Amino acid sequence: MSHGFTPGVLDEVRAVAARYPRREAALLPILRVLQRVSGVLGRAEEELAAELLGFEPIRVREAVTFYSLVRQKPEGRHIIQICINLSCSMAGAGSSLASLQTRLGIGPGETTPDGRFTLLTVECLGNCDQAPCLMVDDDDHGRVREEQLDEILGRYL
Amino acid sequence: MTRERPGLLDLTEHLFEFDIYRSRGGYEAARKALGMLPDAVLAEVRDADLKGRGGAGFPAGVKWGFIPRDGGKPVYLCVNADEGEPGTFKDRWLLTHDPHLLLEGIIITAYAVGAHDGFIYVRGEYETAALRLERAIDEARAAGFLGERIFGTEFGLEVMVHRGAGAYICGEETALLESLEGKRGDPRLKPPFPTSVGLFRCPTVINNVETVSNVPRILRDGAETFRKLGRPGDGGTRLFSVSGAVVKPGLYEVPVGAPLKDLIFEHAGGLPPGRTLKAVIPGGLSAPVLRADEIGLPLDGDSLFRAGSMIGSGAVIVIDDGTSMLDVLGIMTRFYAHESCGQCTPCRIGTSWLHKTVVRLASGNGNMEDIDEIARVASAIKGRTLCPMGDAAALPILALVTKFRTELGSRVEEARVRSGSW
Repeated sequence: MSHGFTPGVLDEVRAVAARYPRREAALLPILRVLQRVSGVLGRAEEELAAELLGFEPIRVREAVTFYSLVRQKPEGRHIIQICINLSCSMAGAGSSLASLQTRLGIGPGETTPDGRFTLLTVECLGNCDQAPCLMVDDDDHGRVREEQLDEILGRYL
Repeated sequence: MTRERPGLLDLTEHLFEFDIYRSRGGYEAARKALGMLPDAVLAEVRDADLKGRGGAGFPAGVKWGFIPRDGGKPVYLCVNADEGEPGTFKDRWLLTHDPHLLLEGIIITAYAVGAHDGFIYVRGEYETAALRLERAIDEARAAGFLGERIFGTEFGLEVMVHRGAGAYICGEETALLESLEGKRGDPRLKPPFPTSVGLFRCPTVINNVETVSNVPRILRDGAETFRKLGRPGDGGTRLFSVSGAVVKPGLYEVPVGAPLKDLIFEHAGGLPPGRTLKAVIPGGLSAPVLRADEIGLPLDGDSLFRAGSMIGSGAVIVIDDGTSMLDVLGIMTRFYAHESCGQCTPCRIGTSWLHKTVVRLASGNGNMEDIDEIARVASAIKGRTLCPMGDAAALPILALVTKFRTELGSRVEEARVRSGSW
C-alpha cells in the first residue's frame, strides 16, 4: 500500500482526499502532492493515487496523460515556461526564446545536462499586459528583456 | 489601471488583506443579502442584467433561477477561475488583488441558490493567486463569514480552492466539472445543463470570477444602479484586458457599451509611435478579428455579435501593421491544435490539419488554393462539435482568411520566393 512513500506523504494525500465531499475530486490535488514529492508522476505515484481513490489504474493514467502540468518524465529542478502566444510573440517572445535556447544550450522540451532547467514553450500564461512573459517555477516574470535573462536565471540554482 | 467611475476595480493597496477589505465596507453586502430571502437576492441580481463575463455572456440571475428548489440533492457552486483564453488577464488581477470581493460574491451567490459547498477552480499556473485566495478563505472563516452560521444566520458555506493542471479546455464549464470530478477535461454533451445535472450529477451553478465579483456591488447599490451603468439587457461595467500593440497595455474598466476606439486610443494610449492599426481581436483569441475600419463599435455583447465577432472574455488584442497575419494565423492554428481535447473528430483532426497547412505555407510550399482549403476545413469544424471549442477555433480562422486574404496571398508568395519553391 505504501508504494515506498513515507508515512508523512501518505498522511498528506489522505488529508487532501478528506477535504472533498466526494473523494474522486481529490485526484488532481493528490497528483500535485505526489509530483512535488517525487518530482515526476510515474508508475508508483499513479498506483498509489488509484489505490487511495479506489480507481482502476487506467482512470489515473487517463488523467495523467491529459494535463500539461503533470510531468511524466523527470525534468529539471526549475521549469521555465515561456509564453509564445500572440501578445507575447508581438512583444518579442521569439527572440527571448532564441536567447534562452542559446544561453541554456537546449531546445523547447529539453533539460540542461546538469538538471538545473527544463525549457517549455506554453500558450498564454494570462499575463499579456506584461508581454513578453515567462514563469520560472511558480514565479511570474513580465516585460522580460533579453539583457535581464542572465539575472533571472541566476536566481534559480 | 484606470476606473471610469466607482465600479468593480478598487486599487487600494493591500486590499487582499481582510482588515483592509473590511475597512472599505467589505462583507456588508453579504450581511445585507443574508438578511433577505434567497429569492429576493436572486431577483435583485436578475434585475441587474448581469451577463456572464467568462465568454458565453449568459445572464447570471437567469442561470441561478434554473436551480431547482428543494430538489432533494445538494446544490454546488463552482467559480470558473481557469482563465486561459489568450489575451485575458482580468481574473488574475481580481484573484490576486481582491480575493475577498470574490468570496463575498460567493457567499451571496451560494445563499441565493442554496449551495453550501463552493469550489474555485483556479488554473494551475496561477499559484500566487491561489495562495492569496486560500489565505483570504482562512481569514473569512476566522471572522465567521464562512463556515457554519454565517452572520449568526442558519446559513452555512464551505469554500475551497481547486487547482487545475494545465488544460485550456477546462475553462469550458462541463470540462471543468469533469476535471473537478478527477477525470480528463472532456466536455459533456448539453443538455442536460449543469444547473440540473452538474458536479457529482447535482444541480450546479458555474460562474466566472468577474461575474461573481460583480454580485456584491449589485446588492450594495441595487439592481437599478448597476443596470443603468450599461446597456439594455447588459448591465454594469466590464473589465477589458488590453494587450498587443498599444502604448499602455493593461486592465481597464469601462461601462458596458463604451466605444472600442476609446478603449484602444484613450485608455490604452493608442499605438506606439510610427505604428498604424491593422486589426483588433476584441474578445480573446477565439473572437473573430476586426479590420482597422471596423472598430467603430460599442463594447457590448450584442454589438460585437452583430459585427460578426464576440465580446468573449473582454480581451482586446491590438495588431499593428508590422505584424504578419500569416504569423497570427499560425499562432491561432497551433493553439487550437494543441488545446483540442480530442473527443470530436472534426476538432481533433481539423485543427491539426489546419496547423500543418499553415506551417507548410510559411515554409514556402503552398499557394492560394491552400488558403481556400483552410477556409473549407474551418467551415467543416463549425457547428460539428459537442462543445463551443470547435466554433472558437473555426470562426476566428475563417474571419482571418476571409478579411486578410490579399495579405495572406502575398505572404505565401514571399515565403515561396524565400524558400526557392517555384
